[in-house]
Amino acid sequence: MSFISYLVNGISLGSVYAIIALGYTMVYGIAKMLNFAHGDVIMIGGYVTFMIMSTMGLSPWLGIVAAVVVCTLLGVVIEKIAYKPLRGASPLAVLITAIGVSYFLQNIALLIFGANTKSFTSVVSIPDLVLADGQLTISGETIVTIIASVIIMIAMTLFIKKTKTGRAMNAVSEDKGAAQLMGINVNKTISITFAIGSGLAAIAGILLVSSYPALTPYTGAMPGIKAFVAAVFGGIGSVPGAMIGGILLGVIENLSKAYISSQLADAIVFAVLIIVLLVKPTGILGKEIREKV
Amino acid sequence: MAMLEIRDLEVYYGVIQAIKGISFEVNEGEVIALIGANGAGKTTILHTVSRLINSKSGNIIFEGRDITKIPPHQLVEMGMAHVPEGRRVFAYLSVLENLLLGAYTRKDRDEIEESLQNVFKRFPRLEERKKQHAGTLSGGEQQMLAMGRALMSRPKIILMDEPSMGLSPILVSEIFSIIKEISASGTTVLLVEQNAKKALEIADRAYVLETGKIVLDGPANELAENEAVRKAYLGE
Repeated sequence: MSFISYLVNGISLGSVYAIIALGYTMVYGIAKMLNFAHGDVIMIGGYVTFMIMSTMGLSPWLGIVAAVVVCTLLGVVIEKIAYKPLRGASPLAVLITAIGVSYFLQNIALLIFGANTKSFTSVVSIPDLVLADGQLTISGETIVTIIASVIIMIAMTLFIKKTKTGRAMNAVSEDKGAAQLMGINVNKTISITFAIGSGLAAIAGILLVSSYPALTPYTGAMPGIKAFVAAVFGGIGSVPGAMIGGILLGVIENLSKAYISSQLADAIVFAVLIIVLLVKPTGILGKEIREKV
Repeated sequence: MAMLEIRDLEVYYGVIQAIKGISFEVNEGEVIALIGANGAGKTTILHTVSRLINSKSGNIIFEGRDITKIPPHQLVEMGMAHVPEGRRVFAYLSVLENLLLGAYTRKDRDEIEESLQNVFKRFPRLEERKKQHAGTLSGGEQQMLAMGRALMSRPKIILMDEPSMGLSPILVSEIFSIIKEISASGTTVLLVEQNAKKALEIADRAYVLETGKIVLDGPANELAENEAVRKAYLGE
Protein backbone atom coordinates (compact mmCIF):
# COMPACT_ATOMS: atom_id res chain seq x y z
CA MET A 1 0.00 0.00 0.00
CA SER A 2 2.82 2.35 0.82
CA PHE A 3 4.26 1.64 -2.62
CA ILE A 4 1.08 3.00 -4.22
CA SER A 5 1.27 6.04 -1.98
CA TYR A 6 4.90 6.72 -3.01
CA LEU A 7 3.99 6.16 -6.62
CA VAL A 8 1.02 8.54 -6.55
CA ASN A 9 3.06 11.22 -4.82
CA GLY A 10 5.81 10.67 -7.37
CA ILE A 11 3.34 11.15 -10.21
CA SER A 12 2.10 14.32 -8.54
CA LEU A 13 5.62 15.75 -8.13
CA GLY A 14 6.40 14.62 -11.66
CA SER A 15 3.31 16.41 -12.95
CA VAL A 16 4.71 19.65 -11.58
CA TYR A 17 8.06 18.93 -13.24
CA ALA A 18 6.19 18.17 -16.45
CA ILE A 19 4.35 21.52 -16.44
CA ILE A 20 7.64 23.38 -15.85
CA ALA A 21 9.40 21.24 -18.44
CA LEU A 22 6.73 22.21 -20.99
CA GLY A 23 7.88 25.81 -20.72
CA TYR A 24 11.55 24.82 -21.02
CA THR A 25 10.98 22.63 -24.01
CA MET A 26 8.66 25.01 -25.90
CA VAL A 27 11.05 27.92 -25.48
CA TYR A 28 13.97 25.73 -26.51
CA GLY A 29 12.07 24.46 -29.53
CA ILE A 30 11.20 27.92 -30.77
CA ALA A 31 13.94 30.27 -29.57
CA LYS A 32 16.64 27.54 -29.50
CA MET A 33 17.76 28.72 -26.07
CA LEU A 34 17.76 27.33 -22.55
CA ASN A 35 15.89 29.78 -20.37
CA PHE A 36 17.51 29.04 -17.02
CA ALA A 37 15.43 31.80 -15.44
CA HIS A 38 12.34 29.68 -16.04
CA GLY A 39 12.59 28.05 -12.58
CA ASP A 40 12.64 31.43 -10.86
CA VAL A 41 9.44 32.47 -12.59
CA ILE A 42 7.85 29.62 -10.59
CA MET A 43 9.04 31.22 -7.37
CA ILE A 44 7.65 34.62 -8.41
CA GLY A 45 4.29 32.94 -9.09
CA GLY A 46 4.41 31.44 -5.60
CA TYR A 47 5.10 34.82 -3.98
CA VAL A 48 2.34 36.59 -5.91
CA THR A 49 -0.20 34.03 -4.73
CA PHE A 50 1.21 34.18 -1.20
CA MET A 51 0.79 37.96 -1.13
CA ILE A 52 -2.78 37.87 -2.40
CA MET A 53 -3.85 35.05 -0.10
CA SER A 54 -1.87 35.46 3.10
CA THR A 55 -0.87 39.13 3.14
CA MET A 56 -4.07 40.56 1.69
CA GLY A 57 -6.35 37.72 2.76
CA LEU A 58 -8.09 37.43 -0.60
CA SER A 59 -9.39 34.30 -2.31
CA PRO A 60 -7.03 31.62 -3.63
CA TRP A 61 -8.65 31.89 -7.06
CA LEU A 62 -7.67 35.53 -7.25
CA GLY A 63 -4.17 34.54 -6.13
CA ILE A 64 -3.91 32.00 -8.93
CA VAL A 65 -5.17 34.40 -11.59
CA ALA A 66 -2.86 37.18 -10.39
CA ALA A 67 0.15 34.83 -10.40
CA VAL A 68 -0.60 33.66 -13.93
CA VAL A 69 -1.02 37.23 -15.17
CA VAL A 70 2.14 38.51 -13.45
CA CYS A 71 4.28 35.58 -14.62
CA THR A 72 2.96 35.75 -18.19
CA LEU A 73 3.89 39.44 -18.38
CA LEU A 74 7.19 38.75 -16.64
CA GLY A 75 8.05 36.09 -19.22
CA VAL A 76 7.31 38.45 -22.09
CA VAL A 77 9.28 41.29 -20.51
CA ILE A 78 12.30 39.07 -19.77
CA GLU A 79 12.32 37.93 -23.38
CA LYS A 80 12.03 41.50 -24.71
CA ILE A 81 14.70 43.03 -22.48
CA ALA A 82 17.19 40.24 -21.95
CA TYR A 83 16.97 37.76 -24.82
CA LYS A 84 15.62 39.58 -27.87
CA PRO A 85 18.66 41.85 -28.25
CA LEU A 86 20.79 38.69 -28.30
CA ARG A 87 19.04 37.03 -31.18
CA GLY A 88 21.78 35.90 -33.50
CA ALA A 89 24.39 36.11 -30.72
CA SER A 90 26.35 33.03 -29.73
CA PRO A 91 24.35 30.47 -27.72
CA LEU A 92 26.86 30.83 -24.89
CA ALA A 93 26.10 34.55 -24.50
CA VAL A 94 22.38 33.78 -24.33
CA LEU A 95 22.96 31.01 -21.79
CA ILE A 96 25.02 33.27 -19.53
CA THR A 97 22.35 35.96 -19.81
CA ALA A 98 19.69 33.45 -18.78
CA ILE A 99 21.72 32.52 -15.70
CA GLY A 100 22.06 36.24 -14.99
CA VAL A 101 18.30 36.74 -15.24
CA SER A 102 17.84 33.81 -12.87
CA TYR A 103 20.07 35.43 -10.20
CA PHE A 104 18.41 38.77 -10.83
CA LEU A 105 14.94 37.34 -10.11
CA GLN A 106 16.18 35.53 -6.98
CA ASN A 107 17.74 38.71 -5.63
CA ILE A 108 14.73 40.85 -6.46
CA ALA A 109 12.62 38.40 -4.46
CA LEU A 110 15.19 38.51 -1.66
CA LEU A 111 14.96 42.30 -1.63
CA ILE A 112 11.18 42.44 -1.65
CA PHE A 113 10.20 39.42 0.43
CA GLY A 114 13.31 38.80 2.52
CA ALA A 115 15.23 35.59 3.08
CA ASN A 116 12.84 34.15 5.66
CA THR A 117 10.92 31.08 4.62
CA LYS A 118 7.27 31.90 4.14
CA SER A 119 4.80 29.24 5.05
CA PHE A 120 2.53 28.96 2.04
CA THR A 121 -1.14 28.27 2.66
CA SER A 122 -2.34 25.65 0.22
CA VAL A 123 -4.72 26.86 -2.45
CA VAL A 124 -6.40 23.45 -2.38
CA SER A 125 -9.41 23.09 -0.13
CA ILE A 126 -10.69 19.66 -1.14
CA PRO A 127 -10.32 16.95 1.52
CA ASP A 128 -7.78 14.12 1.43
CA LEU A 129 -8.89 10.90 -0.18
CA VAL A 130 -8.72 7.98 2.24
CA LEU A 131 -8.70 4.55 0.61
CA ALA A 132 -8.37 0.91 1.67
CA ASP A 133 -9.66 1.41 5.21
CA GLY A 134 -7.30 4.23 5.99
CA GLN A 135 -4.14 2.46 4.77
CA LEU A 136 -3.79 4.79 1.81
CA THR A 137 -4.25 8.54 2.01
CA ILE A 138 -3.96 10.72 -1.05
CA SER A 139 -3.86 14.41 -0.28
CA GLY A 140 -6.16 16.92 -1.93
CA GLU A 141 -3.07 18.70 -3.29
CA THR A 142 -1.89 15.51 -4.97
CA ILE A 143 -5.26 14.98 -6.61
CA VAL A 144 -5.55 18.57 -7.78
CA THR A 145 -1.96 18.58 -9.09
CA ILE A 146 -2.47 15.45 -11.15
CA ILE A 147 -5.83 16.61 -12.52
CA ALA A 148 -4.50 20.08 -13.32
CA SER A 149 -1.50 18.69 -15.15
CA VAL A 150 -3.63 16.29 -17.19
CA ILE A 151 -5.87 19.20 -18.22
CA ILE A 152 -2.86 21.37 -19.09
CA MET A 153 -1.24 18.64 -21.14
CA ILE A 154 -4.39 17.92 -23.12
CA ALA A 155 -5.00 21.63 -23.67
CA MET A 156 -1.41 22.28 -24.77
CA THR A 157 -1.40 19.30 -27.12
CA LEU A 158 -4.64 20.48 -28.73
CA PHE A 159 -3.38 24.06 -28.86
CA ILE A 160 -0.16 23.11 -30.64
CA LYS A 161 -1.79 20.63 -32.97
CA LYS A 162 -5.04 22.36 -33.83
CA THR A 163 -4.66 26.13 -33.71
CA LYS A 164 -3.10 28.45 -36.21
CA THR A 165 -0.78 29.87 -33.56
CA GLY A 166 0.27 26.35 -32.60
CA ARG A 167 1.04 25.55 -36.21
CA ALA A 168 3.05 28.77 -36.49
CA MET A 169 5.03 27.73 -33.40
CA ASN A 170 5.85 24.40 -35.03
CA ALA A 171 6.91 26.18 -38.20
CA VAL A 172 9.15 28.64 -36.37
CA SER A 173 10.75 25.86 -34.37
CA GLU A 174 11.63 23.99 -37.54
CA ASP A 175 12.77 26.78 -39.88
CA LYS A 176 12.54 30.45 -38.92
CA GLY A 177 13.31 31.70 -42.45
CA ALA A 178 10.71 29.52 -44.11
CA ALA A 179 8.22 30.49 -41.39
CA GLN A 180 8.74 34.15 -42.26
CA LEU A 181 8.10 33.32 -45.89
CA MET A 182 4.67 32.05 -44.77
CA GLY A 183 3.94 35.46 -43.28
CA ILE A 184 4.57 34.37 -39.70
CA ASN A 185 5.85 37.08 -37.36
CA VAL A 186 8.71 35.22 -35.68
CA ASN A 187 9.22 37.76 -32.87
CA LYS A 188 5.55 37.65 -31.96
CA THR A 189 5.56 33.86 -31.98
CA ILE A 190 8.57 33.80 -29.65
CA SER A 191 6.78 36.27 -27.33
CA ILE A 192 3.67 34.10 -27.25
CA THR A 193 5.80 31.08 -26.41
CA PHE A 194 7.44 32.86 -23.48
CA ALA A 195 4.01 34.06 -22.32
CA ILE A 196 2.54 30.56 -22.35
CA GLY A 197 5.59 28.95 -20.76
CA SER A 198 5.68 31.52 -17.96
CA GLY A 199 1.93 31.34 -17.34
CA LEU A 200 2.29 27.58 -16.96
CA ALA A 201 5.26 28.11 -14.65
CA ALA A 202 3.01 30.17 -12.36
CA ILE A 203 0.54 27.31 -12.10
CA ALA A 204 3.36 24.84 -11.50
CA GLY A 205 4.74 27.11 -8.78
CA ILE A 206 1.42 27.33 -6.96
CA LEU A 207 0.90 23.57 -7.15
CA LEU A 208 4.45 22.96 -5.95
CA VAL A 209 4.27 25.20 -2.89
CA SER A 210 0.80 23.93 -2.06
CA SER A 211 2.27 20.44 -1.65
CA TYR A 212 5.65 21.58 -0.25
CA PRO A 213 4.69 24.78 1.55
CA ALA A 214 8.10 26.36 2.19
CA LEU A 215 8.53 29.45 0.00
CA THR A 216 11.93 31.16 -0.31
CA PRO A 217 13.60 33.13 -3.12
CA TYR A 218 15.38 29.88 -4.08
CA THR A 219 12.25 27.72 -4.18
CA GLY A 220 12.23 27.66 -7.98
CA ALA A 221 15.89 26.85 -8.55
CA MET A 222 15.96 23.10 -7.89
CA PRO A 223 12.56 22.28 -9.46
CA GLY A 224 13.68 24.39 -12.43
CA ILE A 225 16.81 22.31 -12.88
CA LYS A 226 14.86 19.08 -12.38
CA ALA A 227 12.34 20.20 -14.99
CA PHE A 228 15.20 20.99 -17.34
CA VAL A 229 16.51 17.48 -16.75
CA ALA A 230 12.99 16.18 -17.43
CA ALA A 231 12.84 18.11 -20.69
CA VAL A 232 16.20 16.72 -21.83
CA PHE A 233 15.23 13.27 -20.56
CA GLY A 234 12.05 13.29 -22.66
CA GLY A 235 13.79 14.88 -25.65
CA ILE A 236 14.19 18.63 -25.57
CA GLY A 237 11.87 20.38 -28.01
CA SER A 238 9.27 17.64 -27.76
CA VAL A 239 6.04 18.48 -25.90
CA PRO A 240 4.94 14.90 -25.16
CA GLY A 241 8.59 14.22 -24.24
CA ALA A 242 8.47 16.90 -21.55
CA MET A 243 5.35 15.34 -20.09
CA ILE A 244 6.74 11.81 -20.04
CA GLY A 245 10.14 13.01 -18.83
CA GLY A 246 8.61 15.05 -16.03
CA ILE A 247 6.40 12.30 -14.69
CA LEU A 248 9.14 9.65 -14.93
CA LEU A 249 11.53 11.94 -13.10
CA GLY A 250 9.07 12.58 -10.28
CA VAL A 251 8.37 8.88 -9.87
CA ILE A 252 12.08 7.94 -9.92
CA GLU A 253 12.85 10.66 -7.39
CA ASN A 254 10.09 9.68 -5.00
CA LEU A 255 10.72 5.95 -5.18
CA SER A 256 14.45 6.52 -4.66
CA LYS A 257 13.68 8.62 -1.60
CA ALA A 258 11.41 5.91 -0.25
CA TYR A 259 13.43 2.78 -0.97
CA ILE A 260 17.06 3.79 -1.48
CA SER A 261 18.04 6.97 0.27
CA SER A 262 16.47 10.38 0.58
CA GLN A 263 19.93 11.96 0.42
CA LEU A 264 20.87 10.11 -2.74
CA ALA A 265 17.56 10.70 -4.54
CA ASP A 266 18.76 13.71 -6.52
CA ALA A 267 22.00 11.94 -7.42
CA ILE A 268 19.99 9.00 -8.69
CA VAL A 269 17.79 11.30 -10.77
CA PHE A 270 20.82 12.82 -12.47
CA ALA A 271 22.48 9.42 -12.89
CA VAL A 272 19.39 8.21 -14.75
CA LEU A 273 19.62 11.25 -17.00
CA ILE A 274 23.25 10.48 -17.81
CA ILE A 275 22.43 6.87 -18.62
CA VAL A 276 19.49 7.82 -20.84
CA LEU A 277 21.62 10.33 -22.73
CA LEU A 278 24.41 7.79 -23.17
CA VAL A 279 21.99 5.32 -24.71
CA LYS A 280 19.83 7.81 -26.60
CA PRO A 281 21.44 11.24 -26.87
CA THR A 282 18.26 12.89 -28.18
CA GLY A 283 16.21 11.80 -25.15
CA ILE A 284 13.22 9.46 -25.08
CA LEU A 285 11.11 11.20 -27.73
CA GLY A 286 13.79 13.48 -29.18
CA LYS A 287 13.81 14.06 -32.89
CA GLU A 288 16.66 12.57 -34.82
CA ILE A 289 18.55 15.14 -36.79
CA ARG A 290 17.32 14.39 -40.25
CA GLU A 291 18.20 16.29 -43.34
CA LYS A 292 16.97 15.91 -46.83
CA VAL A 293 18.31 17.76 -49.81
CA MET B 1 4.57 50.83 -63.85
CA ALA B 2 6.45 47.66 -63.09
CA MET B 3 5.03 45.34 -60.47
CA LEU B 4 8.43 44.79 -58.93
CA GLU B 5 11.32 47.13 -59.43
CA ILE B 6 14.84 46.69 -58.10
CA ARG B 7 17.01 49.80 -58.21
CA ASP B 8 20.80 49.90 -57.70
CA LEU B 9 20.73 47.06 -55.21
CA GLU B 10 23.91 46.32 -53.27
CA VAL B 11 24.20 43.45 -50.80
CA TYR B 12 27.14 42.50 -48.62
CA TYR B 13 27.97 39.37 -46.65
CA GLY B 14 30.23 40.91 -44.06
CA VAL B 15 32.91 42.65 -46.12
CA ILE B 16 32.26 40.68 -49.27
CA GLN B 17 30.02 42.36 -51.77
CA ALA B 18 27.66 39.79 -53.23
CA ILE B 19 25.45 42.09 -55.31
CA LYS B 20 27.16 45.00 -56.99
CA GLY B 21 24.50 47.46 -57.99
CA ILE B 22 21.72 45.63 -59.79
CA SER B 23 18.59 47.11 -61.33
CA PHE B 24 15.80 45.21 -63.03
CA GLU B 25 12.07 45.09 -63.20
CA VAL B 26 9.27 42.58 -63.38
CA ASN B 27 6.02 43.58 -65.05
CA GLU B 28 2.64 42.15 -64.17
CA GLY B 29 1.98 38.83 -65.89
CA GLU B 30 5.59 38.24 -66.93
CA VAL B 31 7.83 35.29 -66.29
CA ILE B 32 11.28 36.70 -65.62
CA ALA B 33 14.32 34.44 -65.35
CA LEU B 34 17.55 35.28 -63.57
CA ILE B 35 20.21 32.97 -64.90
CA GLY B 36 23.87 32.62 -64.16
CA ALA B 37 26.49 30.33 -62.71
CA ASN B 38 26.69 29.15 -59.14
CA GLY B 39 27.68 32.05 -56.89
CA ALA B 40 26.55 34.76 -59.31
CA GLY B 41 24.16 36.10 -56.68
CA LYS B 42 20.81 34.82 -57.91
CA THR B 43 19.62 33.43 -54.60
CA THR B 44 20.96 36.46 -52.74
CA ILE B 45 18.75 38.67 -54.90
CA LEU B 46 15.64 36.63 -54.10
CA HIS B 47 16.46 36.59 -50.39
CA THR B 48 16.92 40.34 -50.46
CA VAL B 49 13.66 40.91 -52.32
CA SER B 50 11.73 38.82 -49.79
CA ARG B 51 13.62 40.61 -46.99
CA LEU B 52 15.30 37.58 -45.46
CA ILE B 53 18.57 39.50 -45.79
CA ASN B 54 19.19 43.22 -45.71
CA SER B 55 20.55 45.28 -48.55
CA LYS B 56 23.31 47.82 -48.05
CA SER B 57 21.84 50.29 -50.50
CA GLY B 58 19.29 50.52 -53.27
CA ASN B 59 15.54 50.16 -53.31
CA ILE B 60 13.03 47.40 -53.84
CA ILE B 61 9.65 48.72 -55.00
CA PHE B 62 6.69 46.34 -54.99
CA GLU B 63 3.45 47.65 -56.47
CA GLY B 64 4.56 51.22 -55.96
CA ARG B 65 5.57 50.72 -52.33
CA ASP B 66 9.16 50.76 -51.10
CA ILE B 67 9.61 47.46 -49.26
CA THR B 68 13.34 47.81 -48.65
CA LYS B 69 12.90 48.13 -44.88
CA ILE B 70 9.69 46.30 -44.00
CA PRO B 71 9.78 43.02 -42.04
CA PRO B 72 9.64 39.89 -44.20
CA HIS B 73 6.41 38.48 -42.79
CA GLN B 74 4.42 41.48 -44.07
CA LEU B 75 5.27 40.72 -47.70
CA VAL B 76 3.04 37.66 -47.86
CA GLU B 77 -0.01 39.74 -47.08
CA MET B 78 1.03 42.23 -49.74
CA GLY B 79 0.95 39.45 -52.32
CA MET B 80 4.48 38.10 -52.58
CA ALA B 81 5.28 34.41 -52.15
CA HIS B 82 8.72 32.80 -52.20
CA VAL B 83 9.48 29.17 -52.98
CA PRO B 84 12.94 28.89 -51.44
CA GLU B 85 15.96 27.00 -52.66
CA GLY B 86 16.00 23.47 -51.29
CA ARG B 87 12.16 23.64 -50.86
CA ARG B 88 12.37 24.12 -47.07
CA VAL B 89 9.11 22.35 -46.39
CA PHE B 90 8.32 21.77 -42.71
CA ALA B 91 9.49 18.18 -42.49
CA TYR B 92 7.79 17.31 -39.19
CA LEU B 93 4.43 18.73 -40.20
CA SER B 94 1.97 16.95 -42.47
CA VAL B 95 1.49 17.92 -46.09
CA LEU B 96 -1.88 19.43 -45.18
CA GLU B 97 -0.39 21.45 -42.31
CA ASN B 98 2.32 22.75 -44.63
CA LEU B 99 -0.30 23.89 -47.11
CA LEU B 100 -2.40 25.55 -44.41
CA LEU B 101 0.70 27.42 -43.24
CA GLY B 102 0.89 28.79 -46.76
CA ALA B 103 -2.49 30.42 -46.10
CA TYR B 104 -1.34 31.67 -42.67
CA THR B 105 -2.06 35.34 -43.37
CA ARG B 106 -5.50 34.70 -44.85
CA LYS B 107 -8.66 34.96 -42.81
CA ASP B 108 -11.25 33.83 -45.36
CA ARG B 109 -11.92 30.26 -44.20
CA ASP B 110 -14.19 29.14 -47.04
CA GLU B 111 -11.90 30.43 -49.72
CA ILE B 112 -8.88 28.81 -48.10
CA GLU B 113 -10.67 25.49 -48.55
CA GLU B 114 -11.24 26.40 -52.19
CA SER B 115 -7.54 27.23 -52.67
CA LEU B 116 -6.65 23.93 -51.05
CA GLN B 117 -8.84 22.08 -53.55
CA ASN B 118 -7.19 24.00 -56.38
CA VAL B 119 -3.74 23.01 -55.14
CA PHE B 120 -4.84 19.38 -54.87
CA LYS B 121 -6.21 19.59 -58.42
CA ARG B 122 -2.88 20.87 -59.67
CA PHE B 123 -0.84 18.43 -57.55
CA PRO B 124 -2.92 15.26 -57.08
CA ARG B 125 0.05 13.56 -55.38
CA LEU B 126 -0.21 16.02 -52.49
CA GLU B 127 -3.83 15.06 -51.85
CA GLU B 128 -2.90 11.37 -51.74
CA ARG B 129 -0.20 12.18 -49.19
CA LYS B 130 -1.87 14.97 -47.23
CA LYS B 131 -1.60 13.17 -43.88
CA GLN B 132 2.05 12.19 -44.37
CA HIS B 133 4.94 14.13 -42.83
CA ALA B 134 6.43 16.40 -45.47
CA GLY B 135 9.89 15.01 -44.64
CA THR B 136 8.86 11.61 -46.02
CA LEU B 137 8.08 12.96 -49.50
CA SER B 138 10.43 12.55 -52.46
CA GLY B 139 12.36 15.55 -53.74
CA GLY B 140 9.89 16.15 -56.57
CA GLU B 141 6.92 15.91 -54.23
CA GLN B 142 8.58 18.31 -51.80
CA GLN B 143 9.06 20.78 -54.65
CA MET B 144 5.38 20.46 -55.51
CA LEU B 145 4.50 20.97 -51.86
CA ALA B 146 6.68 24.08 -51.65
CA MET B 147 4.98 25.46 -54.75
CA GLY B 148 1.50 24.52 -53.54
CA ARG B 149 2.26 26.10 -50.17
CA ALA B 150 3.26 29.34 -51.89
CA LEU B 151 0.10 29.30 -54.02
CA MET B 152 -2.02 28.98 -50.87
CA SER B 153 -1.35 32.64 -50.11
CA ARG B 154 -2.87 33.59 -53.49
CA PRO B 155 0.19 35.62 -54.46
CA LYS B 156 0.36 38.28 -57.13
CA ILE B 157 4.00 37.44 -57.66
CA ILE B 158 5.82 34.23 -56.87
CA LEU B 159 9.60 34.03 -56.50
CA MET B 160 11.03 30.61 -57.31
CA ASP B 161 14.55 29.63 -56.40
CA GLU B 162 16.05 26.71 -58.32
CA PRO B 163 12.83 24.69 -58.58
CA SER B 164 14.52 22.05 -60.73
CA MET B 165 17.49 21.42 -58.45
CA GLY B 166 18.17 17.75 -57.82
CA LEU B 167 15.22 16.48 -59.82
CA SER B 168 15.15 13.89 -62.60
CA PRO B 169 14.73 15.19 -66.17
CA ILE B 170 11.10 14.02 -66.32
CA LEU B 171 10.28 15.85 -63.09
CA VAL B 172 12.14 18.94 -64.27
CA SER B 173 9.89 19.11 -67.32
CA GLU B 174 6.84 18.58 -65.14
CA ILE B 175 7.87 21.36 -62.74
CA PHE B 176 8.49 23.77 -65.61
CA SER B 177 5.13 23.05 -67.20
CA ILE B 178 3.52 23.74 -63.82
CA ILE B 179 5.34 27.08 -63.63
CA LYS B 180 3.91 27.88 -67.06
CA GLU B 181 0.43 27.00 -65.82
CA ILE B 182 0.87 29.18 -62.74
CA SER B 183 1.87 32.04 -65.00
CA ALA B 184 -1.06 31.39 -67.33
CA SER B 185 -3.46 31.61 -64.41
CA GLY B 186 -2.36 35.20 -63.84
CA THR B 187 0.50 35.03 -61.32
CA THR B 188 3.69 36.91 -62.12
CA VAL B 189 6.81 34.75 -61.78
CA LEU B 190 10.41 35.66 -60.92
CA LEU B 191 12.46 32.56 -61.53
CA VAL B 192 16.04 31.82 -60.54
CA GLU B 193 17.50 28.83 -62.34
CA GLN B 194 20.77 27.14 -63.11
CA ASN B 195 19.02 25.18 -65.80
CA ALA B 196 19.22 28.13 -68.18
CA LYS B 197 17.88 26.22 -71.15
CA LYS B 198 14.61 25.31 -69.45
CA ALA B 199 14.29 28.73 -67.84
CA LEU B 200 14.70 30.55 -71.16
CA GLU B 201 12.08 28.28 -72.72
CA ILE B 202 9.34 29.49 -70.40
CA ALA B 203 10.49 33.02 -69.56
CA ASP B 204 9.37 36.21 -71.31
CA ARG B 205 12.54 38.09 -70.47
CA ALA B 206 15.73 37.16 -68.69
CA TYR B 207 18.70 38.72 -66.95
CA VAL B 208 22.11 37.09 -67.00
CA LEU B 209 24.13 37.49 -63.82
CA GLU B 210 27.88 37.23 -63.38
CA THR B 211 29.52 37.74 -59.98
CA GLY B 212 26.90 40.10 -58.65
CA LYS B 213 26.24 42.10 -61.80
CA ILE B 214 23.80 41.91 -64.67
CA VAL B 215 25.83 41.40 -67.83
CA LEU B 216 23.07 40.78 -70.34
CA ASP B 217 19.35 41.11 -70.53
CA GLY B 218 16.58 40.89 -73.08
CA PRO B 219 13.73 38.76 -74.37
CA ALA B 220 14.28 35.13 -73.42
CA ASN B 221 14.10 33.82 -76.98
CA GLU B 222 16.77 36.26 -78.10
CA LEU B 223 19.05 35.39 -75.21
CA ALA B 224 18.62 31.71 -76.06
CA GLU B 225 20.07 32.49 -79.50
CA ASN B 226 22.87 34.69 -78.14
CA GLU B 227 26.30 33.28 -78.87
CA ALA B 228 27.81 34.11 -75.46
CA VAL B 229 24.84 32.74 -73.54
CA ARG B 230 24.83 29.55 -75.57
CA LYS B 231 28.51 29.03 -74.85
CA ALA B 232 28.47 29.88 -71.16
CA TYR B 233 25.10 28.58 -69.97
CA LEU B 234 23.55 26.28 -72.54
CA GLY B 235 26.58 24.05 -72.89
CA GLU B 236 26.92 24.41 -76.63
